[in-house]
Amino acid sequence: MENLKFIYTKNTLFLVMLFMMIVSCERDLSDDVEFATNSAGGEIFTDSPIGLGSDFYFPFLGSKATAWSVDDNEGHESQSSMRFDVPNEGDPEGNYAGAIFRVDGGGRDLTGYDALTFWAKASQGVTIGEMGFGVDFLEDKYKANVTDVLLSTNWVKYIIPIPDPSKLFEERGMFWYSAGTQNTGGYGYVFWIDDLKFEKLGTIGAPRPEIYGGEDVNSQTFIDTDGVFNSPTVTFNMPSGLDQVVFAAPSYFDWTSSVPSVVNIYDAGFFKALSAGETVITGTSAGVQAAGSLTMEVLGAFQTAPIPTRDPLEVISIFSDAYTNVPVDFYNGFWEPYQTTLSADFVIGGDNILSYTDFNFVGNQFANPTVDGTNISNLHVDMFIPNELPSLFDFLISVVDFGTDGVEGGGDDTRQQIFITASDVEAGTWISFDFPITLANSDHLGLIIYENINFSTLSNFYLDNIYFY
Amino acid sequence: MNKIIKIKKMNKTFVFMSFLLVALFITSSCATDDTQTVATFTELVWQDEFDTEGAVNPENWTHEIGTGTNGWGNNELEYYTDRSENATVQNGLLVISAKKEEFNGSSYTSARIITKGKFEQTHGRFEARIKLPSGQGIWPAFWLLGDDSNGSEVWPQIGEIDIMENVGDEPTKIFGTVHGPGYSGGESIGKSYELQNDRFDAGFHVFGIEWGQNYINYYVDDVLYNQITPDDVTGEWVFNDGPFYIILNVAVGGSYPGSPNASTVFPQNMLVDYVRVYKNSNN
Repeated sequence: MENLKFIYTKNTLFLVMLFMMIVSCERDLSDDVEFATNSAGGEIFTDSPIGLGSDFYFPFLGSKATAWSVDDNEGHESQSSMRFDVPNEGDPEGNYAGAIFRVDGGGRDLTGYDALTFWAKASQGVTIGEMGFGVDFLEDKYKANVTDVLLSTNWVKYIIPIPDPSKLFEERGMFWYSAGTQNTGGYGYVFWIDDLKFEKLGTIGAPRPEIYGGEDVNSQTFIDTDGVFNSPTVTFNMPSGLDQVVFAAPSYFDWTSSVPSVVNIYDAGFFKALSAGETVITGTSAGVQAAGSLTMEVLGAFQTAPIPTRDPLEVISIFSDAYTNVPVDFYNGFWEPYQTTLSADFVIGGDNILSYTDFNFVGNQFANPTVDGTNISNLHVDMFIPNELPSLFDFLISVVDFGTDGVEGGGDDTRQQIFITASDVEAGTWISFDFPITLANSDHLGLIIYENINFSTLSNFYLDNIYFY
Repeated sequence: MNKIIKIKKMNKTFVFMSFLLVALFITSSCATDDTQTVATFTELVWQDEFDTEGAVNPENWTHEIGTGTNGWGNNELEYYTDRSENATVQNGLLVISAKKEEFNGSSYTSARIITKGKFEQTHGRFEARIKLPSGQGIWPAFWLLGDDSNGSEVWPQIGEIDIMENVGDEPTKIFGTVHGPGYSGGESIGKSYELQNDRFDAGFHVFGIEWGQNYINYYVDDVLYNQITPDDVTGEWVFNDGPFYIILNVAVGGSYPGSPNASTVFPQNMLVDYVRVYKNSNN
């Protein structure tokens, strides 16, 4: 008995020692490996910019860079606010105001908020085109905005709901805006913003997400196409009981492909077509099923445009993967209210292709700076018309030189018109055009316009390899 | 004589008011706790926890069916049915669904259930835990009507106690109201309560009254937001006699909320976790 007891004690001792060893071997997380937490501050501007760092204001291309300032004579229940001077239409420094406010440093954790709020007023009743957050000029992954924000001449509080706050754990894009003079007859005005901050209101509810306008939409594409889904919307019911539509980047949504082997979704909103077949794309936002769907028919392999072989030294490229493109302002400048053309650009096997849908006219602008075409003699364009040639086809390409003032208008613009008729084209294959440039002055080339003329019914086409040589 | 008595009364009142003032001083000088005693009636006398899946328990509730007279007196647009599409018990909750569908000449359907003849009571604590629907033209309610003694009495003489009413385009606000002779419809007596940093369609809230002799206390969750007494109403106080029954419904359209519009999403569901009635255990 005694012996037995002793043995037990020994065993216990051994166990205790073993336990101590194990415990002493196990290390606590040291201070060094503490997880970095992002600032959860919600304030952006109260009486001055809050926690944005020194370099935080980045104007949009072509906008008036000096539009923003801090006004120490106006404020919402304070002495200062942010002042935005929207320039007149013809302002040589930029014909609109627009910029992002980006945190200079690490992103903020905004997951605890549900809206961006601010107080605003303007020098006259005016509609601001777009206001939002999530644009950082890096990925713009969580871009969100409202449109047509109606400001009055007295301070009013505005609320922009966050489509899904759980996504914004490291966001640098605090605020962005774009304001023009479309609704003021081209005359500039001033608006002020104060107490700009992210807030947890709790009074925003009943989210109704939509993809593809809440419709069941069909599309066709080809194997190896990489693309991104159209930007969805979330309609929120506001504390006032009124609805507010928020335009959200695709990354806010969780997307599902019913047949992943046909179209695979590899990152929120980005897809790749893998094999021929059909799949249905649906989405959810913060766990709420979105209205609408996209049925994608993958047709098979796509014939890419002929790869250009001209010497890069002889080429001024506007759009091509074979060359380095000059700075381009846009491939689809949406000219309201007449333009209907939308873009559905895609990438196949690394080859970027411009795709225009609902076409009536569209422009590629490269005016910052303009292109000096003194030493070039031709324009090359590859064009593909999918499906069948429309019954009425008459197509015009205009090459515009902005003249010595380097800007559109001003009385010194010249343009060359290139007419393309049905006999020049064929559907279902790439057509390579080489047009001689006959402009007398081509040292300030800034714009190429494509348009349907004479009741032409061309709706959808692709472009590639747009370059001068 | 009368005058003298009046003066005496005034003196009394004055003395009493002075006493109140002193009492207020004493109370306020040492009371640092704002906690209100919201409910004091503790003896549970009736309940529906909505724990049995399927149809609404017929032992507790009767469906009112149709469009009533002039849309239940309010030009309401819905047709109330007893179909499971409009009222059912699921996952421990009563679900009343307002739907947009053509039905017997109406453009909307919904449900309205009452305890008339099954459970009626004068005075007590009536409360329900509810998640409200929302949207322009949606009008959910949890309310009490006085028994009409088989039609021998008519509204508003029978009395109406609206414990909770909401119009769906005001998602943060509810109303608690009484209707009686001389103070019905647009002249009804009540008060609204607004949620701070929350909405009634975003989660469950308890809506209740504690109703005794000559008073009705209104509360939402742990906030007592109104008391109505005979002094507040502009007519006869009809809430001390005659039993009242419970009504749960979701109306669509009508004079009060206005019609639904393009922004109104259907169906809209009112979810009820429970309805409980207590009496004052001291009585």
